[in-house]
Amino acid sequence: MTGNSSLATKQHTLAQHTLTQQLSPLHQLREKAPMFIAVLFGVTIYASICNQFVPQDSIFYVSTYSITLLGKYLCFALLALAVDIVWGYCGILSLGHGAFFALGGYAMGMYLMRQIGDRGVYGHPELPDFMVFLNWQELPWYWQGFDQFWFAMLMVALIPGLLAFVFGFLAFRSRVAGVYLSIMTQALTYALMLAFFRNEMGFGGNNGLTDFKDILGFDLQQDQTRIALFITTAIILAIAYCASVMIMGSKLGRVIIAIRDAEDRSRFLGYKTEIYKVWLFVFSAVIAAIAGALYVPQVGIINPGEFSPLNSIEIVVWVAVGGRGTLYGAVIGALLVNYAKTRFTAIMPEAWLFALGALFVSVTVFLPQGIAGVLKENNWLRRLTQRTAQPAGGQA
Amino acid sequence: MSMLDNMRETMRRDQVWNFLQPPSVAVNVDKQILLYIENLSVSFDGFKAISDLNLYINDGELRCLIGANGAGKTTLMDIVTGKTTPDTGSVFFGQNINLLGKTEAEIANLGIGRKFQKPTVFEAQTVYANLELALAYNKSILPTLIASLNGEQRDRIDEVLNIIGLREQRAMIAGALSHGQKQWLEIGMLLIADPRLLLVDEPVAGMTAQETERTAELLTSLAGDHTVVVVEHDMEFVRSIARTVTVLHQGSVLAEGSMQDVQNNPDVIEVYLGESH
Ligand SMILES: Nc1ncnc2c1ncn2[C@@H]1O[C@H](COP(=O)(O)OP(=O)(O)OP(=O)(O)O)[C@@H](O)[C@H]1O
Ligand SMILES: [Mg+2]
Repeated sequence: MTGNSSLATKQHTLAQHTLTQQLSPLHQLREKAPMFIAVLFGVTIYASICNQFVPQDSIFYVSTYSITLLGKYLCFALLALAVDIVWGYCGILSLGHGAFFALGGYAMGMYLMRQIGDRGVYGHPELPDFMVFLNWQELPWYWQGFDQFWFAMLMVALIPGLLAFVFGFLAFRSRVAGVYLSIMTQALTYALMLAFFRNEMGFGGNNGLTDFKDILGFDLQQDQTRIALFITTAIILAIAYCASVMIMGSKLGRVIIAIRDAEDRSRFLGYKTEIYKVWLFVFSAVIAAIAGALYVPQVGIINPGEFSPLNSIEIVVWVAVGGRGTLYGAVIGALLVNYAKTRFTAIMPEAWLFALGALFVSVTVFLPQGIAGVLKENNWLRRLTQRTAQPAGGQA
Repeated sequence: MSMLDNMRETMRRDQVWNFLQPPSVAVNVDKQILLYIENLSVSFDGFKAISDLNLYINDGELRCLIGANGAGKTTLMDIVTGKTTPDTGSVFFGQNINLLGKTEAEIANLGIGRKFQKPTVFEAQTVYANLELALAYNKSILPTLIASLNGEQRDRIDEVLNIIGLREQRAMIAGALSHGQKQWLEIGMLLIADPRLLLVDEPVAGMTAQETERTAELLTSLAGDHTVVVVEHDMEFVRSIARTVTVLHQGSVLAEGSMQDVQNNPDVIEVYLGESH
């Protein structure tokens, strides 16, 4: 009997220890990051090596086209992560995150345009081709500074971050939530799309920005540059993932989940929920913008189509498929759905939207927790079988 | 301008390590009255939920609010906690703090805690995390980001877990608790912050007889150091804890006094007690 009760107290202190440990962001990082990082960099390095050092006729060769495609998928994964942060953790269903992605992309595109210099079709030393074509005499003020990489990168984060701040501040302050907020985000991205389509805006109208030559002096057509961009994307995805795991594992993350589940309750506990939501929205928008900035040099173009409301809805589908509220789920969802899209559109491009719709409906009906939910459930099952396999402990 | 203010508030370095600070605004209770509610009226689409209500709550007392369904009890709490803005009237916390125009969070941080009529806890998180979230500390963003439990706070959580009898369940997800346990958890979340004023809306709904008794003991023991306002339909319960009872009827005060006085008041017998007995 005595032995049993001392065992019980030992178990008790142990449970107490893990309980408080679970509340620590570093603990969460140790739990969730290693596997993710191992898989991510395993694939990234493997693909890079197979591209550089394996002969082209080998079955192990990875083409540069595939590298670029993988890099693009990773950008989408980063974008999905951004949406999951606001939707999965705080219940803010943004159907406009494509706008932040596109703005980040445009900021990068402006830098890449300025890098072209006098190598354009019209050979103007300063003006991009489309401005010469429009008979513009000088560079508009908002294009100043974009020849500097650091300035362009600052703008990648600053402009979308500022937009998210103003939008979020107005929306959350007036306590707009739910479906109304989603509609407002759709309107935001739609309005930006219409604006960017206009030639007078000075962003290349419906052609957008393209024909980029190099980035930081490296030729964009070179395999090495492509690999460097691919690896950079992987590194940034890893950083964003770890930062998000730590934030969501901190008390701040628990407040955000609390706001998602019972906003009134959180207010009456003294949390200014609007301010939490605004800053979370800004954080998410900046991640989306960085994803856009990484995307543009890899695909070689940015045009107003990226603002299309449909794009933003697609991101939400990736997250739903992967499993919202789990960061790795969003990443898995983005990778899988985009791989499926690449495959599917090669066969039947017109039917993709229907396939996407069907996918969304079936996931919502059959896998409300997405793929991550399935993974978690199996994990849970395994633990349960392990526990029942153990001899029953003596509970006093 | 308020954007800038918010940013400054968030960035204030001097607040970062200010954990576990009790609400610091001094409430002036020179007149022994903690809550002044005067000439309060509010209507929803022409329906007067509160009409010309006057109510004074003494510092350290335990006050019971009773009244039929729809008498305006919850609405009154909504107004005091900043959820609903009244059409006219004034609400003061002590002599010096005007509660009208303050947000829910500001009012909560002044030391006014509230338990909802329908138990509301953070269902996706553990019992332990629920209590952690309810701890009193500087609740702006940066301090929250770097917050970690110190020994004092851990002891406080353990203490409250013992009081509410959820020690064994502390690692459980709150959504899996029974209705009565959720009630207890919410009471625990209220206790842990050690508020000056507790507004408790129907605490014993869904509780067993023993649990009800324990709640009664708990609330009685809180009075004195804290001021407690309890709304309850369970007359047995009210009788067991009540010192002063206020009867609300159609949005205003119908009677006030000891349980005895109130029970013998002819108006009350007519509109409320008479019906239910
Ligand atoms: N937000 C609102 N909009 C419209 N009517 C409301 C609102 N809140 C309360 N009311 C109405 O005000 C009246 C008072 O409601 P209240 O919830 O304060 O009653 P109560 O005394 O708490 O009743 P109960 O004992 O049933 O909880 C009710 O008739 C209710 O329908
Ligand atoms: Mg009520």
